[in-house]
Amino acid sequence: MESYLFYIVGTIAVLAAVYLIFERNPVFCALYLIQTMVCIAVLYILLEAQFIAAVQMIVYAGAIMVLFLFVIMLLNIKGDEESKRSFPFRKIPAILMGIGLLTVICIILKSKLLQGKQDVYTVAHIESLGNTQLIGNLLFTDYLLPFEITSILLFVAAIGAIMLAKRKL
Amino acid sequence: MNKELFIFIIIASVKVLLVFGAVQFMVIAMIWLERKIMAHMQVRLGPMRVGPHGLLQPIADGIKLLFKEDIIPQKASKFLFILAPIMTVVPALVTFAVIPFGDTITIFGRSIDLVITDINVGFLYVFAVSSLGIYGIVMAGWASNNKYSLLGGIRSSAQMISYELTLGLSLIGVVMLTGSLSLVDVVNEQSTLWNIVMQPLGFFIYAASAIAEVNRCPFDLPEAETELVAGYHTEYSSMKFATFFMAEYANMISVSAIAVTFFLGGWQGPFLPPVVWFMIKLSACLFFFIWIRSTYPRLRYDQLMYFGWKFLLPLSLLNILITGLIMVIKG
Amino acid sequence: MITITHYLVLSAILFMLGVVGVLIRRNAIVIFMCIELMLNAVNISFVAFAYHLHSMQGQMFVFFTMTVAAAEAAVGLAIIVAVFRNKETVNIDDMNIMKW
Repeated sequence: MESYLFYIVGTIAVLAAVYLIFERNPVFCALYLIQTMVCIAVLYILLEAQFIAAVQMIVYAGAIMVLFLFVIMLLNIKGDEESKRSFPFRKIPAILMGIGLLTVICIILKSKLLQGKQDVYTVAHIESLGNTQLIGNLLFTDYLLPFEITSILLFVAAIGAIMLAKRKL
Repeated sequence: MNKELFIFIIIASVKVLLVFGAVQFMVIAMIWLERKIMAHMQVRLGPMRVGPHGLLQPIADGIKLLFKEDIIPQKASKFLFILAPIMTVVPALVTFAVIPFGDTITIFGRSIDLVITDINVGFLYVFAVSSLGIYGIVMAGWASNNKYSLLGGIRSSAQMISYELTLGLSLIGVVMLTGSLSLVDVVNEQSTLWNIVMQPLGFFIYAASAIAEVNRCPFDLPEAETELVAGYHTEYSSMKFATFFMAEYANMISVSAIAVTFFLGGWQGPFLPPVVWFMIKLSACLFFFIWIRSTYPRLRYDQLMYFGWKFLLPLSLLNILITGLIMVIKG
Repeated sequence: MITITHYLVLSAILFMLGVVGVLIRRNAIVIFMCIELMLNAVNISFVAFAYHLHSMQGQMFVFFTMTVAAAEAAVGLAIIVAVFRNKETVNIDDMNIMKW
């Protein structure tokens, strides 16, 4: 059951990503990316990460992509891509490079280089504590410094976005 | 297939059908009630011709919409044009999956929770789903290939992103008091005292931003008739228009149900059965929506943004701060 | 049976598609979307490793990646809007003032 779900959702995600990189119209690109992101949220649920799945939907699908759509619609960007200065035949080497990259990653995956220490948080353990509660606890104990730094980062990003986008201050 | 799984599927489908049917019925009832209540508030009579006091008016409207010509503009993006109403109505209906509408009951020696599913991230689920509702509106606005529709779509994307933030933050106070993200726990916590007593500020912020989130008057900028014809659904006719209409009312019902669950004690109440209490509170919230609509004029767009970012957002942060301080002091 | 390798391969494919997208697209906003796709692909492998190793660190990393992605999207889109105001285009081949 779970494996069928993985294959179906994974196929949809990959197909939507393929459409994303070959679709000319930016609005459709954004919609395909949303589709990929929703599929990834489903994969997170399959991996017992309910909190991350919900945050994926809220932050990526609900906020970031709306921002993209907003900018595309505001600037009314059309699909025309090729400019006079574009380098011709750039697609073929790009795709070849992509395939090369995939091959390298697959070789690394096969080589069993990726080993790690097992930790204590088994699925049963996480379920007894609650996924969200566990993440909350860790955020405010072990990861307090990075957490505070991200808050500063977001603050700076907000100020920066306003500074850049405003016509005159 | 084993027996337990079979029974589980039967119970789940019955619950889904019941809730879905109830929401559909309430949408139809709301269309009539809104027209009648607004009419009486403005010293008019409202629909009177079809049935006693116009009771059959929604059915007449439905039949009319069903038989209208279904127009798709020539330059429209056809696929998105058809997809948009569906994308609007589905998130509105899916929210009801986590809302508890009654206590556990026992039928044939089997205890059944009156909630479709109780998930431990229910609170986040509600926001994840409701944040998808915006795409229907944006897609409708863009796909129609009409400048009024596009303006409606742009407006709604900015408005809903802004108010979703305050909507989420206003409920954080309740989550802090409860200590759980499950909506069933939130309701159980309120058996003695409703959260609205502890979180009056939170309720005010929630009410304001919920009205903005479902694009109702006085925040109905995306479909402002006087400036944008009908906003994002200008080009829609027939059943697609009816679907948008249904989505708007279903959204109203779902945010009201969340308000009832988080602030008004859910199904808790003396004497009457829990489901009846839930419906009474829900109706009160829906009446409040209609009341607001017939009282206030529409805001200007800059006023709307100002209100959201410079008033509601600091206020909701203040609410969280106060809640946290009191919780620390009380231990 | 779905193992961690399945998830890692899926993540690699999505990452590869993101890289190819960045290389072949000329529209700045679409390039941005492809970068988001790459971030998402990496997030899948983080969560897959967390599940496989019974660890929470992967999920914490995803949390931080998402906040960084949000900040990046806000600033990046603001830059695109600012550039569009000046040059009336988002095609990155036309943004070559710094070239001789």
